[in-house]
Amino acid sequence: MELEFITESRTLVVRIDCELDHHASDTIRRKVDAEIQRLTPRKVIFDFSGVSFMDSSGIGVIMGRYKNVKRANGTAVMVNVRPEVKRVLEISGVTKLIPQYENLNQALQNV
Amino acid sequence: MQYENEMRLEFLSKSSNEAFARVAVAAFASQLDPTIEEIADIKTAVSEAVTNSIIHGYENRMGYIKIFAGIIGSTVEIEISDSGKGIENIELAMQPLYTSKPELERSGMGFTIMENFMDSLEVESAPETGTKICMRKTIGAERNAQQP
Repeated sequence: MELEFITESRTLVVRIDCELDHHASDTIRRKVDAEIQRLTPRKVIFDFSGVSFMDSSGIGVIMGRYKNVKRANGTAVMVNVRPEVKRVLEISGVTKLIPQYENLNQALQNV
Repeated sequence: MQYENEMRLEFLSKSSNEAFARVAVAAFASQLDPTIEEIADIKTAVSEAVTNSIIHGYENRMGYIKIFAGIIGSTVEIEISDSGKGIENIELAMQPLYTSKPELERSGMGFTIMENFMDSLEVESAPETGTKICMRKTIGAERNAQQP
């Protein structure tokens, strides 16, 4: 996982690079929460280009971070979501809550 | 039942085995020539069942999870069982968004995903005895239905 902070727009880009299951979720939760607490970003962009698999444990992680960012009056979006991952997000209703963009540039322009 | 092919797996309830289990079952099912989407469906459903056994069945204590997979025609049948604490109320557990462990940020979507991604799902469980999930998926069902 790579975490990048764009200072001028207070945007945290979280590039997840693994299969997002229960096994991976603890580490991601811990690292992302630490960064959110440290940097208090206004926007968090989850870049899913490196996520080839996700199950409901991943839904829990993303929804949990989304709520934390929202609570601090920030926004969270997702980019580069693959079709097989998108289906899990759709069934879980996440697509209705968290906006998705084609790529990072689109998200940076629109959020 | 007469299966044309069968496989069995048994492994410890460690979260590092979640990927192993879903990839192994998907590899076994690949002899039915599934689409990428069908493979993703099977992987996700297996991952949900195995994760349930680890988190809810064994509550992170060590135990064994067993998987049986059998092929009949173009259908793959997958059984995933544990000897954990069992499910008290199956109907409640299967409701979308219900989770007995909200403190762990569980989404409560495991059973819903299994039901949606597979053709059928049966759950057998007894308190303090364990849980057995049986799922079936016919490969190529959509392709065959689309043919004239």
